[in-house]
Amino acid sequence: MHDWVPILIMLGFATGFAAFNIGASKLIGPKHPTPEKLAPYECGMPPVGDARERHPVKFYLVAMIFLLFDIEVAFLYPWAMALRELRWVGFMQLIVFFAILLSGYVYVWRKGVLDWGRDRD
Amino acid sequence: MTAIGFSRGDLYYLLPELIVCTGALLLLLADVALSQQRQARAAWVAILSLGAAATLLAVMSASETTIARGTFAVDGFAIFFKLLFVMSAAVTVLLSHRYLTIEGGRPGEYYFLVLCATAGMMIMASGIDLIVLFIGLETMAVCFYILAGFLKPNRRSNEAAVKYFLLGAFSLALLLYGMSLLYGLTGSTALRAIATALASGSSGRLLAVAVMLLVAGLGFKIAAAPFHMWAPDVYEGAPTPITAFLSVGSKAAAFAMLLRIFFEGLPAFHLDGLGSVFGQPLGWASFFYVLSVLSMTIGNLAALTQTNVKRMLAYSSIAQAGYMLIGIVAGTPRGVSAALLYLVVYAFMQLGAFGVIVLMRREGVAGDELRDLAGLSSRQPAIGIAMLLFMLSLGGIPPTAGFMGKVWLFASAIEAGYFGLAVIAVLNSALSLYYYVRVVVYVWVRREEPGTPPIVLSRAMIVALAFAAAGTLALGVYPRILFELAQASAASLGRAEPMLGWLR
Repeated sequence: MHDWVPILIMLGFATGFAAFNIGASKLIGPKHPTPEKLAPYECGMPPVGDARERHPVKFYLVAMIFLLFDIEVAFLYPWAMALRELRWVGFMQLIVFFAILLSGYVYVWRKGVLDWGRDRD
Repeated sequence: MTAIGFSRGDLYYLLPELIVCTGALLLLLADVALSQQRQARAAWVAILSLGAAATLLAVMSASETTIARGTFAVDGFAIFFKLLFVMSAAVTVLLSHRYLTIEGGRPGEYYFLVLCATAGMMIMASGIDLIVLFIGLETMAVCFYILAGFLKPNRRSNEAAVKYFLLGAFSLALLLYGMSLLYGLTGSTALRAIATALASGSSGRLLAVAVMLLVAGLGFKIAAAPFHMWAPDVYEGAPTPITAFLSVGSKAAAFAMLLRIFFEGLPAFHLDGLGSVFGQPLGWASFFYVLSVLSMTIGNLAALTQTNVKRMLAYSSIAQAGYMLIGIVAGTPRGVSAALLYLVVYAFMQLGAFGVIVLMRREGVAGDELRDLAGLSSRQPAIGIAMLLFMLSLGGIPPTAGFMGKVWLFASAIEAGYFGLAVIAVLNSALSLYYYVRVVVYVWVRREEPGTPPIVLSRAMIVALAFAAAGTLALGVYPRILFELAQASAASLGRAEPMLGWLR
């Protein structure tokens, strides 16, 4: 039972943090509702409409890039947990992995994938 | 140290792959870092990293060991194939140089994909674990899907990419299903553990299904009939240098994987053990027998009527895969080394033939129709002679390499007792002469159409074509070195052991 106390504390903190933030924004936040803001999702495009609409390809690009870098972070947790046993070899392996991903990041960045302002081919 | 998967020795033996990968990353960065005028330098990065990898491979050519906890073999077999891949990639880079300026692709991205595909192939040649083999195959295949559609405004190229991707994904699924069945039967993904586990117990039907799925998946990658449907469309639509690389590199890599899986993982089931059909014992050689006969016949018959040279060469490459499968069916050391030998010979003549087609691509001329070749000999006699050499070699006429390769393949079939197969192969070979000679007729006899733009040679193109022509001729006249190399490489299959000594 003793082992579970930290988890209970964690749960309490999480609930408290969420409740505090929602409550605080309800109490002191400015309110200017517009139809877009009241829609169930706010994702940059009208949520109701023809399903066969054409979407800008940027949505897919961002989704893919997000997936890639999200997986990168997912690798970080087990690595951080086992870092001591893995020693320098493990450290260098992850550095190499990062370097590969970083060059991919530089590539997409310079290609203008993250540039939403103007239209590029 | 063993807890970590990699040791210093592992890194040493992985250096060729690492160099190719580093070159690829540099190219990706070069694509965004270099200005438009300096983009052409990307080709140098590609050539230099491939050259460095080839040098290292030559240095470690005597090694025979497994690394990465027995999942990766560095033996004569692997190095033989890796040198072949690196060589074809280098020729592809040379062929692409001017083609890309005409088509307007970005060299950095293009060579990045070529090098990544090469790295994938190298992993396929070394893997002795199903997972490693599959990762190599995926790396290669994904690069080729993109490369096939590299000419973005070209609808044919788009069609090629989509077709190749959809059918490729489907065939990979079949292959993976076969692998999973194999794993389910034996409890291991390591090929040698699979061989040991299967030797002790009887597995019957399920193993036959697994083998069938593996044959279908690999048959797709080597473009053997009846799994060849994608090849003509993809070969025609893809950029021509990529077609050359696809038909040589991808096919050779799939053959390497096929040999690894069947000769290291399932050696006991060559002739029987998979049940029986019409009272005859069934082994995996039976499947390849059918594939071989179908590929030779369908490939050659379909090639007869083609007017597009890329399409014709696609059907011809299906037929060539059929010839190579003869060595697999025979399954003797001589058969395997004949298949290895023929893969090298095929690389030279096929790269050369496609190189000439690349050369025909000029401003305003697609250059891949038969009539575009008319009058080539009077404009560029040297290229005319080279094309004659490639066509005769593909048809199997002495004194070219294609003849020596076929002699060895057919002899291995006869030695193993497959007289029928040898007869079918010889008949097909005679049949194929018709369409190969037709190309020669266009090059040497037909007059050029007036008003077509001149054919301009570039230095890279001359080097590539001279290399291919020299290989085609030299291996036909003096094939002994390659014979011995192929024999030694075939013999090293399945012998590599984990290393001991200073590197550990």
